[in-house]
Amino acid sequence: MTRTRRPVVAGWFTDDTVPEAEFRLLGTRCTACASVFFPREDDWCRNPGCPGGGTLAEVPLSPRGRVWSYTDGRYRPPAPYVSDPDVPWEPYTLVAVELAAEAMVVLGQAAPGVTTDELAVGAEVEVVPGVLNEDDRHTWTTWHWRPVAREERS
Amino acid sequence: MNDIAVLGAGMHPWGKWGRSFVSYGTAAARAALADAGLEWSDVGSIVGADTMRCGYPGYVAGATFAQALGWQGARVTSVYAACASGAQAIGTARAQILAGLADVVLVVGADATPKGFFAPAGGERPDDPDWLRFRVLGATNPAYFALYARRRMALYGDTAEDFALVKVKNAKAGALNPLARYRKPVTAEEVEASAVVADPLRLLDICATSDGGAALVLSSMEFARRHGHADPVRVRAVSTVSPTYPKAVLDLPDIATDSAAAVGPAARTFRASIARAAYEEAGIGPDDLSLAEVYDLSTALELEWYEDIGLCAAGEGTKLLRDGTTALGGRLPVNTSGGLASFGEAVPAQAIAQVCELTWQLRGTAGGRQVPGARVGITANQGLFGHGSAVVAVR
Repeated sequence: MTRTRRPVVAGWFTDDTVPEAEFRLLGTRCTACASVFFPREDDWCRNPGCPGGGTLAEVPLSPRGRVWSYTDGRYRPPAPYVSDPDVPWEPYTLVAVELAAEAMVVLGQAAPGVTTDELAVGAEVEVVPGVLNEDDRHTWTTWHWRPVAREERS
Repeated sequence: MNDIAVLGAGMHPWGKWGRSFVSYGTAAARAALADAGLEWSDVGSIVGADTMRCGYPGYVAGATFAQALGWQGARVTSVYAACASGAQAIGTARAQILAGLADVVLVVGADATPKGFFAPAGGERPDDPDWLRFRVLGATNPAYFALYARRRMALYGDTAEDFALVKVKNAKAGALNPLARYRKPVTAEEVEASAVVADPLRLLDICATSDGGAALVLSSMEFARRHGHADPVRVRAVSTVSPTYPKAVLDLPDIATDSAAAVGPAARTFRASIARAAYEEAGIGPDDLSLAEVYDLSTALELEWYEDIGLCAAGEGTKLLRDGTTALGGRLPVNTSGGLASFGEAVPAQAIAQVCELTWQLRGTAGGRQVPGARVGITANQGLFGHGSAVVAVR
């Protein structure tokens, strides 16, 4: 059976036509006041001090940031989170990441297998493509945060 | 002063009673009316704090309670602001009283909650941030509480034991409150032996979801005097502020904060601005307080509120806890009711229940929980999607 890959939310990150190394979250930036929005704002700039007259242009967010905080989910979250009630619950890790250039914090799940023991506030992480869940017809794709490998940092 | 009088306060005990929210709210309303010595027919306006979990009657709570008490033609209002709904109901009542639209206003909030995590409204709704945070991230409310807790540990050196001691303190107060759901003292060891829900928070660090109801009878000062209340508890300020852009602290149900790249963040965080607005309106400061009721959704969050309502500088909340300042018998007791730790959360009732506790404390009728000579109290809480909630009451 072939599943179609689909983003869990359209337009929030680059698609499969982009090489994995160039995977990015996608926000928008106001051309009038330079405010950045993620999740993307496509209708109106939300900066009340914006002079107006701009448009909201798609912009990739920084691929790396530093951990603002982190936690995990030891119990199965309620729907619409998708999980198989017949399979024992596997905790996942949640990371809030501070992006310096955008001066904002973005949440995401950590890459599979990353536990809270491997994270620390201030540690560097990078965004990578991931799979949220699969059903009969689709592989639902998402973004994950992954600690930047030690050898890469040094 | 734009004071209004609190003539009556009433609550239905918190718990898991398995009945309709209407019965809890109606019981609380009847208790508040009896406390005020007034009849339902004396009420010119009723304001209901809505619940989103109980179908249409919950969306029109004001009318639902008016019908349950018996239609009598009162002006009716229903408001919703998540956890801040109660403060909005009180704020609405106060505006009507100060504008001369009503002499006596009945404010009611009640909820009946499901077991386990709160979940978003049903259906496929990818435009709703509350739906998206569950669908995309599985981010429950405790996940956000845990992010704040972990951040405090990293920034300020708070420990799991510090958090446990908040529960110990609040459970001790709650044990003295006949309206609380949990009325047993809890030890730090019991907290630290409970299951981890969202690292670093354990089950006993996180508030439960409860059934409950709370109500207030509010009036103009002139009506109070005419009816023999020479020195009633007064509501002196109600803060229902919203954030300022860019909101730089991650809040439920956000997937990201606003960007502070183009416009720098405000000097004060949103949570700090909530109490600040109440202090400014009341013309008082943290030094004037006798007690405070804050929204301890988690133990760690109570420490954050100490800082956000100005009891101490950022990062020093744990010190106030450790030295006993915020315990019953301390210089500035916080959550004398037992807090959410002892009650669990009944969303639309909670901000009203906080003011019920202030009322009993300021009257000197809080029994074993009484703060001696209490004169000034503040409540603080925050509703998701950007709703501030703080009330200053004085006597």
